[in-house]
Amino acid sequence: MKSIELDAGFDDKIFDNSNSENVILKITKNANLPFAKRSNFALILDKEMENVPAGFDLGINFLTEKIIKNAINLSSELNYLSDGDVIKINRTSKRVRVLFRAQSRFNFFLLTERCNHYCLMCSQPPRDIQDDWHYHDVMRSIELIDRGAPFIGFTGGEPTLLGDGFVEIIRKLNGWLPETSALVLSNGRKFADPNFSDKLASIGHRDLTIAIPLYSDVSHIHDYVVQSDGAFEETIKGILRLKERRQKVQIRIVIHKQTYARLPQFAEFIYRNLAFVDHVALMGLEITGFTKANLKDLWIDPVDYSEELESAAGYLSRMGMNISIFNHQLCTIPRTIWHLAVKSISDWKNNYEPECSTCSVKSNCGGFFTTSKGKTSRAIQAQI
Amino acid sequence: MSKFESLDKYTNSKSFGYELLPFKFERLEDEIFISNLVGEFKILSQNEFEAFVNNHLPFESKTYSDLLAKHFIIEKNTSTPLELLSLKLRTKLSRLSQFTALHMFVVSLRCEHSCPYCQVSRQSDNKIAFDMTPEIADRALELTFRSPSPAIKIEFQGGEPLLNFPIIQHIVRSALEINKVAQKNLAFVIATNLAVLSDDVLSFCKSNNVEISTSLDGPRELHNSNRPRPNNNSYELAIEGIRKARDYLGVDHVSALMTTTKASLGQVKNIIDEYIKQDFSGIFLRPLSPYGFAIKTKWYKSYDVDEWLKFYFEGLDYIIELNRNGLKFQEFYARMILTKMLTPYQTGYVDMMSPAGAGIAAVVYNYDGDVFASDESRMLAEMGDKSFRLGNVLTNTYREIFTNDFLLDALEKSFTGSAPMCSNCAFEPYCGSDPVYHHATQGDVLGKKWESGFCQRNLSIFRKLIEYYQDPEIKRIFESWLR
Repeated sequence: MKSIELDAGFDDKIFDNSNSENVILKITKNANLPFAKRSNFALILDKEMENVPAGFDLGINFLTEKIIKNAINLSSELNYLSDGDVIKINRTSKRVRVLFRAQSRFNFFLLTERCNHYCLMCSQPPRDIQDDWHYHDVMRSIELIDRGAPFIGFTGGEPTLLGDGFVEIIRKLNGWLPETSALVLSNGRKFADPNFSDKLASIGHRDLTIAIPLYSDVSHIHDYVVQSDGAFEETIKGILRLKERRQKVQIRIVIHKQTYARLPQFAEFIYRNLAFVDHVALMGLEITGFTKANLKDLWIDPVDYSEELESAAGYLSRMGMNISIFNHQLCTIPRTIWHLAVKSISDWKNNYEPECSTCSVKSNCGGFFTTSKGKTSRAIQAQI
Repeated sequence: MSKFESLDKYTNSKSFGYELLPFKFERLEDEIFISNLVGEFKILSQNEFEAFVNNHLPFESKTYSDLLAKHFIIEKNTSTPLELLSLKLRTKLSRLSQFTALHMFVVSLRCEHSCPYCQVSRQSDNKIAFDMTPEIADRALELTFRSPSPAIKIEFQGGEPLLNFPIIQHIVRSALEINKVAQKNLAFVIATNLAVLSDDVLSFCKSNNVEISTSLDGPRELHNSNRPRPNNNSYELAIEGIRKARDYLGVDHVSALMTTTKASLGQVKNIIDEYIKQDFSGIFLRPLSPYGFAIKTKWYKSYDVDEWLKFYFEGLDYIIELNRNGLKFQEFYARMILTKMLTPYQTGYVDMMSPAGAGIAAVVYNYDGDVFASDESRMLAEMGDKSFRLGNVLTNTYREIFTNDFLLDALEKSFTGSAPMCSNCAFEPYCGSDPVYHHATQGDVLGKKWESGFCQRNLSIFRKLIEYYQDPEIKRIFESWLR
């Protein structure tokens, strides 16, 4: 989940006991939490309560306009907040940021907006800014998240630009949330440095996957898509260094006008050279971010690459590789590969078209990105 | 102006020309087949081929990208392709470092069958003369566990090994005991005709994870005429034995092998149908070996390579047809070669390795303690040629046996990477060397390839498989066999 920022009505007084510009707190609805445990918690007040019980750092008031000492009034848009969620409150901007939702399967932390790629279809265009604060937020959040959380993802920007900071985050994650599976969306280049890969591997995380985009079996296409000379070379080396150290690697292929034609050859390249990767994801294009600017160079109706997709996905599957198709509506891909399609679109940016209401396979279908409005396949049709 | 650079910018920096990486080529009908040292291949037209080798393949062409991705050409200022190529080569050769994995114990030469093509078996009740003793078995086991291979497979051979079942029990129990410390991935298999199979044998197999491999030559009439025994009931006993063994051990732990005789030649469909009827998931279409009684009795000479290939391709056609019609059924020899062609891995099939698998992938301990480099080697010895006898378990050390001069010399001479007519053959990555065969047929471990039946047979099979592979539906069928 990307963090959501919303205006919050509160006054500075709640920061009286803190020197910091920000506080990161965990949400509870349990007013009876033992006193010794209340620190670092924000209590969601129910309507009978006239004040914040002693020991809680903060109260959250959704229900009334009334001003309660040490409590903030939040708009009802945030009333999904629940036990185990983690929020960040900024004193100056008076904003609340939801960092972690205990009930979501798609919790992602953005580690930086900086990136050494400039991908044609970037959904989260990079910004060259000083944003170290993400690191501190994540380190603090990991200590607050309930043990046993099933999944946490890390994204950017390019997370490994944090260097050793990235390794420290994974180490803390492994130490404090040992049961939590983790996914890092990285271009993989930093891992070409064996010392860096060593540092990551030495953590010995039980279930950490580095998801690395690779867009072609030939370097010029990959380098063009990510707008960086030498990227292919370094990313391949990164994958090799990670697998030499038995780290889990997923290869992510975004299919668009620049990448679809060589999919069958690319699939063979992956099997012949990188058969040891743990997962291959063939992904549909999300029409957001830079994709909008480069739409004429990127958009191709999925139904027009169904032959290449079927060939590549069928081949990798026959050769015994763990392969999935992400972000595709079932009616746009051949039935022979439906079993490889996964409902992959995160809940907060997923919807269906009116046409889908009568479709018999809607419950198995990943649906659409909310951002894809107006750019959908001509093949969209309810399946009987 | 766009913030994004054009594709040209990224291609220009790389289109300064390319260099060739090592490859071999062979002419097909109208096109040219090229392969590299890890077995990746591509079929080019004459024009494409000439442009490719003369360094003027156009950068924008699909062929250029294909050859780049398959590591036939390399661009300047890049090291990843060499790193990937060497990784793939190490993968293909990785078995070599593990050394001998298959250890065959000939526990008795006695057999109640009298198959005319059989090389070694004896009709005899003289257990003392033809059965392996515990002393020999123990010494052979000692050698077995000296192998550095993390996986050890012990195969019981004959004659009919079940005629000396007590020594099988002894060997299995001793091996399991040794393995408590050795911690190898240990497996057992008995190669038996199933005629003397009992419930006791199967119970023992079940509790010690021993698999069964048997012979099934085809339908009743063919099988029984190939494999005579008293009462003429070899087929009936084999079928009943297969059924029972599956009850006890599970369908995955019972396999069958066929041998092709002159009588089999016109019957490949019937033979395949018999395997389907008996619920096997595939068949290994095997020619007779030029050894033992097969040569002595002229059985081997009873058909030539062309007749064999006709039989084989008719069978392969039929099997592909079966697959097209929805039956998943494999031909194991083709699958072995396809694994070499279409995957980054190497197979463990001893007769198609280079360096040859003799001794260093498989070894035979004969009933009398003699150690042979392969099953064929001991059959050769039965005819009086003991060239591939590496020593005896009672008198020779591990070092003496496995660094036997004749063996090492044969392995080196027959290595396809350097052997004349192999080293420049485009099909070499899919082939292997068989010094025992060439020694037996030509008196030379290397052999003249233009006179080699081994070469003639395999080259035809490679070409045929490449032809099949170009049909997209057959390509998918072949790929589905490789799991």
